[in-house]
Amino acid sequence: MSSPMDNRYRLRKRPQSEKLVDSGFKTLALSLASVVALILVAILIVVFQGGLPSMLRYGWEFLITSNWNPVDDEYGAGAAIYGTLVTSILSLFIAVPLGIGTAIFITENIIPEKLRNFIGLMVELLAAIPSVVLGLWAIFVMEPFIRPGLELLYNYFGWFPLFSSSPMGPGTLPAVLILVVMILPIITAITRDSLQQVPQQLTQAAYGIGTTRWGAIINVTLPAAISGIVGGVMLALGRAMGETMAVTMIIGNSNNFSFSLLAPGNTISAMLANQFGEADGSQVSSLMYAAFVLIIMTLAVNIFAQLLVKRLSLKY
Amino acid sequence: MKKNNSGLITRKSELSYKPNITRNLGNRLMTGLAGLFSAIAVLPLILVLGYVLIKGASKISIDLFTQLPPPPGLEGGGIGNAIIGTLVVTLIAALFAIPVGVGGGIYLAEYSRSDWFAQFIRFGTNVLAGVPSIIAGVFIYGTLVTTKLLFGNSYSAVAGGLALSILMIPTIIKTTDEGLKLVPDDLRRGALGVGASRFITITRITVPTAFTPIATGVVLAVARAAGETAPLIFTALFSSYWANLLSVDGLFSSIATLSVLIYNFSIMPLEVQNELAWAASFVLVALILSLNLFARWLGRFASR
Repeated sequence: MSSPMDNRYRLRKRPQSEKLVDSGFKTLALSLASVVALILVAILIVVFQGGLPSMLRYGWEFLITSNWNPVDDEYGAGAAIYGTLVTSILSLFIAVPLGIGTAIFITENIIPEKLRNFIGLMVELLAAIPSVVLGLWAIFVMEPFIRPGLELLYNYFGWFPLFSSSPMGPGTLPAVLILVVMILPIITAITRDSLQQVPQQLTQAAYGIGTTRWGAIINVTLPAAISGIVGGVMLALGRAMGETMAVTMIIGNSNNFSFSLLAPGNTISAMLANQFGEADGSQVSSLMYAAFVLIIMTLAVNIFAQLLVKRLSLKY
Repeated sequence: MKKNNSGLITRKSELSYKPNITRNLGNRLMTGLAGLFSAIAVLPLILVLGYVLIKGASKISIDLFTQLPPPPGLEGGGIGNAIIGTLVVTLIAALFAIPVGVGGGIYLAEYSRSDWFAQFIRFGTNVLAGVPSIIAGVFIYGTLVTTKLLFGNSYSAVAGGLALSILMIPTIIKTTDEGLKLVPDDLRRGALGVGASRFITITRITVPTAFTPIATGVVLAVARAAGETAPLIFTALFSSYWANLLSVDGLFSSIATLSVLIYNFSIMPLEVQNELAWAASFVLVALILSLNLFARWLGRFASR
């Protein structure tokens, strides 16, 4: 009593070719996934190898001395490393309150939803503006605009080492400001996401016992979302350290070490952007050494961020 | 304030809102501060867009798209070669990054969700996403440019594209992985249950279902790559001439891009070049913002 129906429901024998396609596809996907690891390891090896001659020649002194002199073949990235740390940390100090404040403003029910979405969209689009365009704007619009303010800072606080030189245009402080613009969207977006993931019941319970909106935000919502926020802040720190174009265009690219924020400065990435095109010999190796330092710094920040997020995540 | 000894509120009027007590004043102050902060956060976008629009849009003309940049000292000219160059370099980057990113994402989401290898690759993806973009340039410079590995050419469009693809891969892997994880397992079981092979299930069922999130990620990655400068300044370099795309040689020699043009021309003390930098910014920003809005539209289209 074999009908055509039975045939349709009989277990299908998988042909050899199908198995081959299946395992082939899996292998392909596996090898494509491995490309990530490969690139990462290759980057480390290539930059380390490229920097090795300079590492052997200058050792740790490279990190603290700051004479960068291709003519005499003397290199030290102290000024650039100092600049990288100062610009990124200072910009973080400004961007964190701004970003978290904005995120709170657009997640809590303060303004109508349409306006909230609009501000959210604006901040996201700000993240999409290319760094080089922000740099162009910084050179021609922002820097001339803020220069009178910087001059005031010099006139009144010139005795303070951080403001001890007359502003001449490009400098560390304008670079810090443009970095703020660049990392603000990251902090805002990540803080907003973490705030939105806080269960509504937590805040409602706080309201129930009679707190104000900000009482709830400061004592309940922010602590509950802290792991995500800290992760976002660390991510922004990593970005700020590696940010290149806007900083290169506005920081002044001076290899002379100066404490003053009003003087031209340098960062590792700005130095790389400026000099790689026309470098040769031991300059390339020194730049690779500096690049390796930058990689280690950003990797440390990123890995620390991932660990911190795991440690801080609240179990509620 | 009437309270009895236990501190309980006894009168109904005490439940009403009192605008002038400290905590309510503080509340309003903080709200105002947060509003001010968001205004400050939005301000740069408006200012930058405004300037790019005013200074860039006034330069838009046919010449801008069809002519070469003028030599220093001369008037006129356009940025035609840089527009083509940006498209070419971004296309090369996409050709490398999309297969690797989507394939890697498929592996993570479909074959090994949480074993040590997937964990390791996800960790690696996050780390790679945190690597500064200029390092991608240094890496390609060290491997392809100085060694002249690509047919004996040093600076080239392909080298630039490869540097950009390193920046695109983490984004695409992540969005593919996340998008595929959202596909219900029932769909996979259903497909496997009617006798489809793993390959057919993935290519006909899961990937098409997750098409929009994957496409959104790809578009965003392309938009980011199109605006990148740092990896290009010493891999693709710059060229004042048209790229000869009809010959293989054109792809393996240095090429102009909008972002590098903006960088080069902004630091020149020449009025004409500065103006072209603004015009190029306008074209680049228009391209990137429309890609971003397209990605958002794709996302909304999917959630409908």
